[in-house]
Amino acid sequence: MPASDPDTQLSDVALKLVDATVETLRDRRGALLPILHEIQAEMGCVPEAVIPVVAERLNLTRAEVYGVVTFYADFRTEPLGRKVVHVCQAESCQALGSDALGASAKAHLGVDFEGTTEDGAFTLRKVYCLGNCALSPSVMIGGEVHGRVTPDSIGKLIDAGRTAP
Amino acid sequence: MTARVFVPRDSGALSMGAETVAAAIRDEARRRGAALDVVRTGSRGMYWLEPLVEVEAGGRRTAYGPVAAADVAGLFDAGFLAGGEHALGHGPVEAIPYFANQERVTFARVGVIDPHSLDDYLDTGGFKGLENALGLSGPEIVETVTESGLRGRGGAAFPTGIKWKTAIDAPSDVKYVVANADEGDSGTFSDRMVMEGDPFMLIEGMIIAGLAIDAREGYIYLRSEYPHAHETLRRAIATAYDYAYLGDDILGSRRAFHLEVRLGAGAYICGEETALLESLEGKRGMIRPRPPLPAVSGLWGRPTILNNVITLASVPLIFQKGADFYRDYGMGRSRGTLPFQVSGNIRRGGLVEKAFGLTLGELLYDFGGGSRTGRPIRAVQVGGPLGAYIPESLFDTPLDYEAFSGIRAMLGHGGAVAFDDTVDMARMARFAMEFCAEESCGKCTPCRIGSTRGVEVIDRIRADAHRGENLRLLGDLTDLMLYGSLCGLGGLIPYPVVSALKHFPEDFGAEDVKELNLPF
Ligand SMILES: Cc1cc2nc3c(=O)[nH]c(=O)nc-3n(C[C@H](O)[C@H](O)[C@H](O)COP(=O)(O)O)c2cc1C
Ligand code: SF4
Ligand code: FES
Repeated sequence: MPASDPDTQLSDVALKLVDATVETLRDRRGALLPILHEIQAEMGCVPEAVIPVVAERLNLTRAEVYGVVTFYADFRTEPLGRKVVHVCQAESCQALGSDALGASAKAHLGVDFEGTTEDGAFTLRKVYCLGNCALSPSVMIGGEVHGRVTPDSIGKLIDAGRTAP
Repeated sequence: MTARVFVPRDSGALSMGAETVAAAIRDEARRRGAALDVVRTGSRGMYWLEPLVEVEAGGRRTAYGPVAAADVAGLFDAGFLAGGEHALGHGPVEAIPYFANQERVTFARVGVIDPHSLDDYLDTGGFKGLENALGLSGPEIVETVTESGLRGRGGAAFPTGIKWKTAIDAPSDVKYVVANADEGDSGTFSDRMVMEGDPFMLIEGMIIAGLAIDAREGYIYLRSEYPHAHETLRRAIATAYDYAYLGDDILGSRRAFHLEVRLGAGAYICGEETALLESLEGKRGMIRPRPPLPAVSGLWGRPTILNNVITLASVPLIFQKGADFYRDYGMGRSRGTLPFQVSGNIRRGGLVEKAFGLTLGELLYDFGGGSRTGRPIRAVQVGGPLGAYIPESLFDTPLDYEAFSGIRAMLGHGGAVAFDDTVDMARMARFAMEFCAEESCGKCTPCRIGSTRGVEVIDRIRADAHRGENLRLLGDLTDLMLYGSLCGLGGLIPYPVVSALKHFPEDFGAEDVKELNLPF
């Protein structure tokens, strides 16, 4: 955990954003998750420097906020790529070759699971089930699910995702 | 007359290009000057036919699928707007055997109506159950649920009426209703289909639960992997507020119920009810010791009804048509219907709502059509990642809670994932342990450490390093996890592992499993 003063690490813009987010959501009970989701959506991650700020504003300890950020797979302290490629690795997709799909995605992007491409376009992650099992194997690219994906088609889908909004 | 064309916006259909197809139909209509309305629906659950487009003509709906954008011009040429014949045509959906042989009770509207349309919902019996429930006292509502025989659809199959009774009896001026929409089990998607295809049904069920125990607030805890369900729920909730189904004065009854969706953040364990409550409170999803039960002390320490989406979505019909109507489906102590979900290596993957009692084999072959690869089905995992692997010799087991306990398996949330004969069951057992290690909340040792040891032990077995010894170790380890874990993650992961070992010992190089001291 960073010991340094957060306000010196976060830009004014970022600090304003965090403050505004906390302000809008703080009256909801159990506001921490909604706040972190919002920050992750706006900033692409929950930077470590944000943690003490959120903690202070919500009267929580840094350890509590840090604990929550690290517990959940969705929250990351390092920036994700502009789009996340989620390759399902759960059982239904395994039954139809999600292994080969994962390997093909890794080869296409040149990164391992959890890796981000050098140009910052994509982060590759595995996911356990997208609820699209009847159309396994499935991947999700930038929030869009694709069914019956093959090791050949996944590269094309990723490339299409590069240009799509 | 303007033709109506129904194109699903269910995320499964979208995953096969339904959005492009909808756009292609609109474009082609414009080009030809044909008047039509495109209505977006949920999915009928026959995913191998998605995108499945239906056209309303001559008082009936004719289905075409799977439709690609490139097929659209041809469909117009064939006069599909009047129900014309085409190679992709199936006649009315109700005539497709897969569909005709189901009992669409809870899923009657899914794929039929526009999920955003309150009128569609009302025209098909929606909110009739709520109207009836508003005339009943809390205990009467609970009594009706008990009489229906409804049991929890999230996994544990606990009688819903008893849970609600506990919450009614717990004294508190503040109570909550929580829908478990975490749907983390691989091989399941029925919650998603309801939320994307008939969201008002879930909302109505939650309002009735609120009336039962005098809870005035509810939450839907939704997994973040379901963005389309999120959007549909949010719109439906806003509409329900606009028309006074939610708010401070439900339909002029002076009763209040408020409802909000909260997103999970990618943690399987948050589907477990106490971890879910922790997460809703803004904390790490750590298991709470029980007792107290959530029905006594749940969200923020208050009595809380926490039910799966399908459980709650089954409630409106019980109040619309009566407890008997629901209870008349099913067998033994498994009453009503279960939306089974068949997936994995299967030709016709999808949702099959049936009364309890059909056999696993019927689900796999009569509905599923056998494996997609054309090879023999060797193993089926039923009930999600914590469910047992079932060999062909047990495919005649009826899908019924008690029958499945009898073969040391569980129905869980109703998912069945098929594997053909190329599957390596030792590898699947390893995956179960790996999954458990990754998703463990870390609170208890048998699960946190046991699962990691489990991966190592299975690796050694697969590498034939001291195989006999390690097989015995695996037996002991699963026994320890089964009996020593604090919750169902560590406590149930022995099911896939032990069932794989017991039914497919050859994949582990095991000669005599009886020697292994397996827990079951
Ligand atoms: C590890 C684990 C994960 C679970 N995941 C879910 C889930 O995703 N959805 C669900 O409804 N129930 C899940 N359950 C079951 C819940 O703990 C709880 O029994 C259920 O939501 C209660 O609702 P019901 O009585 O309507 O089934 C899970 C249980 C365990 C042990
Ligand atoms: S069994 Fe696993 S998930 Fe459950 S309480 Fe123990 S460590 Fe946590
Ligand atoms: S297992 Fe891959 S989508 Fe469900």
